[in-house]
Amino acid sequence: MQIRNANKAGEKIELQMTPMIDIVFQLLVFFIMTFKIVSMEGDFNIRMPAAAPQAAPPEQMEFPPMNLYLSADAEGTLTGIQLNESQPTSFQALNQEIQKLVGTDSGPGARESAEIEIGFDYDLRYEFVIGAVTAVSGTKTTTGDLVKLIEKIRFNTPEAPEAQ
Amino acid sequence: MKLVKKHDSGILEGDLTPMIDMTFQLIAFFMVLINFTQSESNDKVQLPDSELAKPPETVLENYRIIHLGKDGTAVMGTKEENYKGLRTTLDLQYRQIQFSGEEPADTTIVIRAHKDAKGGMVQELIQICQEAGFESFALRAEENVNNGFKYISPVPGG
Repeated sequence: MQIRNANKAGEKIELQMTPMIDIVFQLLVFFIMTFKIVSMEGDFNIRMPAAAPQAAPPEQMEFPPMNLYLSADAEGTLTGIQLNESQPTSFQALNQEIQKLVGTDSGPGARESAEIEIGFDYDLRYEFVIGAVTAVSGTKTTTGDLVKLIEKIRFNTPEAPEAQ
Repeated sequence: MKLVKKHDSGILEGDLTPMIDMTFQLIAFFMVLINFTQSESNDKVQLPDSELAKPPETVLENYRIIHLGKDGTAVMGTKEENYKGLRTTLDLQYRQIQFSGEEPADTTIVIRAHKDAKGGMVQELIQICQEAGFESFALRAEENVNNGFKYISPVPGG
């Protein structure tokens, strides 16, 4: 029986690159096709137990109770903002009103008792609701730092939509 | 001058090393950036944006997501129905949470509602969740990269 000498000097061992390149390109195509740029998302936390929350005694309340109502037209566009007795004309003005009421210079613990109840017309588009929640829950300083304003946010009981 | 004779029988081999290097780098790039949280999104929902909507620093431990389309279609898990009929699904979720030893009241209901959905529908959805025993809610919004309020003057003449 003839035994071949496998280690002939000068003979190159050639790797088969084709299957690897095939798989690598398939992986690349898969990742490119499934790649999706998603924008970052964040949450506004609200705690709303089913039982109506007990209002704190007036002497324990550092801030007066705040009620915000957003009016809308039939198309769901915002037509009016009412914060207690005042009527801010924009979310920016609402934010400034809230800053006056709650104060941005008080310590972080001082604003914890501040509460606001938000009500709105049934047809109001949700983006305006989020706009109002944004305006009452915080503000950004010129340096881009976030200052929290009101953390206890509640929605009022929904009103039945008007008959079509 | 001596001329070198070219061999016709030789196989021309391109150098594949740079191409493979680049390809592996591209694969590594896409693998790192691949988003496995696609299940949290829904094609029906286009979130409203907010400058304060920042990704949370701590990840929610116990939560359930409800997607609410602008036509009132709610999607919870694999179930898709009108939000008014969601009570049965929520009751089932409540029992599942109790069975797993967790406290349903501490479970956050994440509401991903379409920006054009009626606010009253979101209110009603929250009320349905409250009736099912849930207390903690999170309204999800998309991060607005531009500073300032988007709706500077929503009120006519404002």
